[in-house]
Amino acid sequence: MQTEVVLLQRLHLDLLLSQLQAAGYQTVGPVVRDQAIVYDRIQSTADLPMGIGDIQGKGSYRLRSRDDAALFGYVVGPQAWKKYLYPPRQLLMRAEQNSRGLQITAPDQEVPKYAMIGVRGCELKAIQIQDRVFLEGPYSDDFYRERREQIFILAVNCTEPGNTCFCVSMEAGPAAGPGYDLAITEMLETAEPCYLARAGSAKGAELLKHCNPSHAPATLLEKENALWTAAAAQMGRSLNPEQASAALKSGYESTHWKDVGERCLSCSNCTLVCPTCFCSGVQEVTDLAGTSSERWREWDSCFSLNFTLTAGRPIRQSPGARYRQWISHKLAFWQDQFDQSGCVGCGRCITWCPVGIDLTSEIEALNALQTKT
Amino acid sequence: MSPALLPEVWRISDFRWETPQTFSLSCEKPEVQTRVQTLNPFRPGQFNMLYVFGVGEVPISISGSPENTSAQIHTIRKVGAVTNALAELKPGQSLGIRGPFGSAWPLHKAKGKDLVIVAGGLGLAPVRPVIYAALAMRSEIRSLTLLYGARQHAEILYADELLSWQTGAEIAVHITLDQATQSWQGRVGVVTSLIQAQDLDADRTLALICGPEIMMRYSAHTFLEKGLKPEQIYVSLERNMQCAVGFCGHCQYGPHFICKDGPVFRYDKVQSLLNTREV
Repeated sequence: MQTEVVLLQRLHLDLLLSQLQAAGYQTVGPVVRDQAIVYDRIQSTADLPMGIGDIQGKGSYRLRSRDDAALFGYVVGPQAWKKYLYPPRQLLMRAEQNSRGLQITAPDQEVPKYAMIGVRGCELKAIQIQDRVFLEGPYSDDFYRERREQIFILAVNCTEPGNTCFCVSMEAGPAAGPGYDLAITEMLETAEPCYLARAGSAKGAELLKHCNPSHAPATLLEKENALWTAAAAQMGRSLNPEQASAALKSGYESTHWKDVGERCLSCSNCTLVCPTCFCSGVQEVTDLAGTSSERWREWDSCFSLNFTLTAGRPIRQSPGARYRQWISHKLAFWQDQFDQSGCVGCGRCITWCPVGIDLTSEIEALNALQTKT
Repeated sequence: MSPALLPEVWRISDFRWETPQTFSLSCEKPEVQTRVQTLNPFRPGQFNMLYVFGVGEVPISISGSPENTSAQIHTIRKVGAVTNALAELKPGQSLGIRGPFGSAWPLHKAKGKDLVIVAGGLGLAPVRPVIYAALAMRSEIRSLTLLYGARQHAEILYADELLSWQTGAEIAVHITLDQATQSWQGRVGVVTSLIQAQDLDADRTLALICGPEIMMRYSAHTFLEKGLKPEQIYVSLERNMQCAVGFCGHCQYGPHFICKDGPVFRYDKVQSLLNTREV
């Protein structure tokens, strides 16, 4: 089926947002906070980071002013959408112990209904990767499923990739999808940007209809296509997933891990900013009277020493072994476990590593060592 | 919520010390007594998540018979906060249980074969259900042998049961200790020496090994020297586990999740990982 492409103006985006809100969605999207672009509640396009871009590099992230009125003129920031589908803290159960004995109950929580505004191609792919982890195995995570089932995704196709990006290598961008409800491309032709929009679901098509949009002119579609081609050629990094996986498996006992271990701080930044990292730990929180207890799930990281605590002793004691676990899982073992790579090429782990460790360079170094020997 | 994620409330029906640091908890489900539900059936080798109110949860192998439909037994060593709290529980008290989880010993492959079970220390607990199950189908198995190594005399698990098996004719039981005191008249040495002393028909042997990782590695190696193929050997692995269903990531072991792909693995699937440090 040929999807119809329509032309929207900024006022249409506001109309879409108010329609989503009227339908009970919490609209969440990019906002500027603490000198970074993060995801938070938005009411209208006035909340979006208009005219703001960013400059990213190894261990470096700075916002910059653009000389246009782009609403989506930035690359991905430190936060991933996973915080909405798989919250950093989640109550798993409550337990009471009193004269009637022990009772264990599931938490009775309202499930928020999110409309995610501005999901990049890499981020959409990351959501689909987490779907496979939480929904498609022998067990399904009810907390994730309940949230996932009712989200609305408005994707934004990427036209200006950043210095640490390699989504093309991971087949996750720069254009988003499939899997969105609506996708837009921001066109900066005139002083006021306009948007080419496509529906990816019945829900998305229904919303678009209410905007009463006009058909997109063929000239704009050609320009959009040229933007995507240019974006794909502008990736700051590249990675060959098959080669990376092979290098990690054959180089599992390489001396290179000791070298990385001397640079890695085990700070966990990479796992926290990664849109696919899914590891968690549990905390038992008891009240002062000792009659009720709650079990909370919190994001955890394979970089923490106690992550592998087994019979009183951590298994991965050296930082090098912990880095090896993270990168091998992401780029090699993920394929064995879930039949796809765990990386989408968003570059966050490179940008937010305080010592500038770059997984694409580590793969190159590992490859170089192996060819030498 | 899925019963795999939310513990059910069970009751301690029996508590007994096995060794100075190790105890067995028999747990029954109150609903079973009132015939509302059946006990969750398990396959030998599988584990449950045991929850102590206000303290937390730990994975523990089921160590009783799969044919026991009134209670499930867990043999536990005191090593951390949760296992210490489990040791304080008394019959009649409640705990939370989720399970069973994980893979099982491939007993169906033992038909017509010589089944050799090797256990080290507390590793006897996760293989006891498969011993019971093998005894129950004993006529279909050519020979049944248990090789057991413990550190000291006082640390021999299920001593009475081992003695009764030793006096019977259905299972050959050989025990060795790392350190012997005057109370011990038996063999001294590592458990691999028991494997070496076996006269094995390599083509017809199925080996199941459970114990500390280094013991399993050397035991598997000894079986390979005896002519077994890696595909004829199974091991049971242990790692930190918090969810038991493949979500928390803690138990990852190379490409495997020990909770859902294991804990029982065919040796060739984990052979190279077992020979690598800090996996």
